[in-house]
Amino acid sequence: MSIDLQKRPFGSLKESGMKGVFLTFAFISIVTTIGIVLVLLVETADFFREVSIKEFVLGFRWSPTIKPTSFGVWPLVSGTLYFTFAVALIALPAGLLAAVFLSEYAGRRLRSAIKPALEILAGIPTVVYGYFALVYITPLLRTLMPGIKTFNVLSASIVVAIMIIPTVASISEDAIRAVPQSLRQAGSGLGVTKFQVTTTIVLPASLSGIISSFILGISRAIGETMAVTIAGGNLARLVNPFKPAEALLKPIQTMTAAMVEIGMSDVTGDSTAYKSLFAVGFTLFLMTLTLNVVSQIIKSRYQEKYQ
Amino acid sequence: MSRVIRESVLSSGKDNINSEQLKGKLFLALCIAAILFGLLALSALLIYVFRDAVGWLNWQFITSPPSRFASKAGVYPMLIGSSFVIMLVAIFSLPLGVGAAVYLEEYAPKNFFKKIIETNIANLAGVPSIVYGLLGLGFFVSFMDMAHGTILVGALTLTLRILPVVIVSSQEAIRAVPDSQRRASYGLGTTRWQMIRSVVLPESMPGIMTGTILALAGAIGETAPLIMIGAATSIFTAPRGILSSFSAMPLQIFAWSDFPGDDFQHGVTPAAIVVLLVILLAINGAAIYIRHRFSKNRP
Repeated sequence: MSIDLQKRPFGSLKESGMKGVFLTFAFISIVTTIGIVLVLLVETADFFREVSIKEFVLGFRWSPTIKPTSFGVWPLVSGTLYFTFAVALIALPAGLLAAVFLSEYAGRRLRSAIKPALEILAGIPTVVYGYFALVYITPLLRTLMPGIKTFNVLSASIVVAIMIIPTVASISEDAIRAVPQSLRQAGSGLGVTKFQVTTTIVLPASLSGIISSFILGISRAIGETMAVTIAGGNLARLVNPFKPAEALLKPIQTMTAAMVEIGMSDVTGDSTAYKSLFAVGFTLFLMTLTLNVVSQIIKSRYQEKYQ
Repeated sequence: MSRVIRESVLSSGKDNINSEQLKGKLFLALCIAAILFGLLALSALLIYVFRDAVGWLNWQFITSPPSRFASKAGVYPMLIGSSFVIMLVAIFSLPLGVGAAVYLEEYAPKNFFKKIIETNIANLAGVPSIVYGLLGLGFFVSFMDMAHGTILVGALTLTLRILPVVIVSSQEAIRAVPDSQRRASYGLGTTRWQMIRSVVLPESMPGIMTGTILALAGAIGETAPLIMIGAATSIFTAPRGILSSFSAMPLQIFAWSDFPGDDFQHGVTPAAIVVLLVILLAINGAAIYIRHRFSKNRP
């Protein structure tokens, strides 16, 4: 495409100048990534000069500001995983079923009415969801379960699931729509019901896209901050893996909520608590990055290609 | 694939057609329930919040600073703070995002380097927003030694946060410009930059603006990154310039959300949420308007 019919000295100077400017702008994204990794690495390394890696990775008590301080990350990691599991239990099936409804059952008019509503759902700020959980959902749950605490995992995970359903639904729907009509018709031609066509032909054929939407949804839940901070409470404690249901009605603290707590307190730049912020952030970053990369690989490598 | 189909068809005996139809109906009911769950939650949220905001949301609420007393509380400083930050984010992110998109679509050869940048952008879009807050804190505040909690630091942090979204949507808009128009421009003897300036950018501007505006709407709701860079959750005077410390609407909602007292929980906080939602609605409306206004003029 680069047919320069006229070679003008000033013109070409401007040409390469503009190209250089745009290249620099594109390069900012690389610099951002390097910046994130460097900031997290440098401060985390600083943190490990004061707290042993063993205490951080294997410790069972998280108390960054209240003495005696302790920086065991397990309560936060277990809190995050527990919360994420609860969210996934609601959001993944609901998101997938919503996607199936939109692509297989809903007519064009119904679909064009529901899609914008789901987009609105995804566009509402997470603080609003947190408030909604704390002020409306928890009291509602209390009428059913009197023992529920003011801050609890259940209502936080319900609202975060509502937030994530549109993401899961829209990516799954794209995958389901990519299954060619001829496969569905072949199924119908064999005389099976629409339910069988959907569950035995359409869903297996779009499995890679569905799984990548699931992983992306889980990654979003792990990184979710405000709703779980407001409604889930700020009590760093280990979840008893043998009595999982019990913890639903009690407060926990996720990694993100712990970061907000430190960020809100007036810790100074050279304190251990300040540096622990970056160690937790780094853990969070590694978890979400791994999930996002896995999701991309599954999507690109295992996607069924139809012409 | 084909084996799966054959097996399932063979196994679905001919004698239990009725039970298959029942299963189908149950499945459809589940699908509808899943959709209704989201839609009902949305309606409930809007209905409750708007109902509770009635009586609290008035001119005095919009023009007053926050207060310990619910009847005197307002959101004026946060409204100004949010507006300031978003304007700065728009000024930073539009040229940077569009420039990067122009490079990737119009200049970059299809090679390894381009692929790295695009993969990197996709990954950046998936980084949790609170990590961008750490970037802002560690880089702008600690390393560059900028004062924490200022509008400038907040805007720079949020710019980095939304840049991946702006770049990707701008790329899509630029890609939608037909190649024939580029060739026509070259045929008139223009250079590449002249072609971009007079053909690609004007043609793709509605798409670029729509994508950017929606990204800005997302930035208005961001809370966690602003807490990380040390923005106040509540402030009594409106910021005067880009180096003033500030607070934003979602931060104030966060601060008020667990304020004790019914007046705050069921009055002041919903009123602040309605203000935020109305701003978001207006921004989304603007994006939709731009999309329609400019697509109508097409032949």
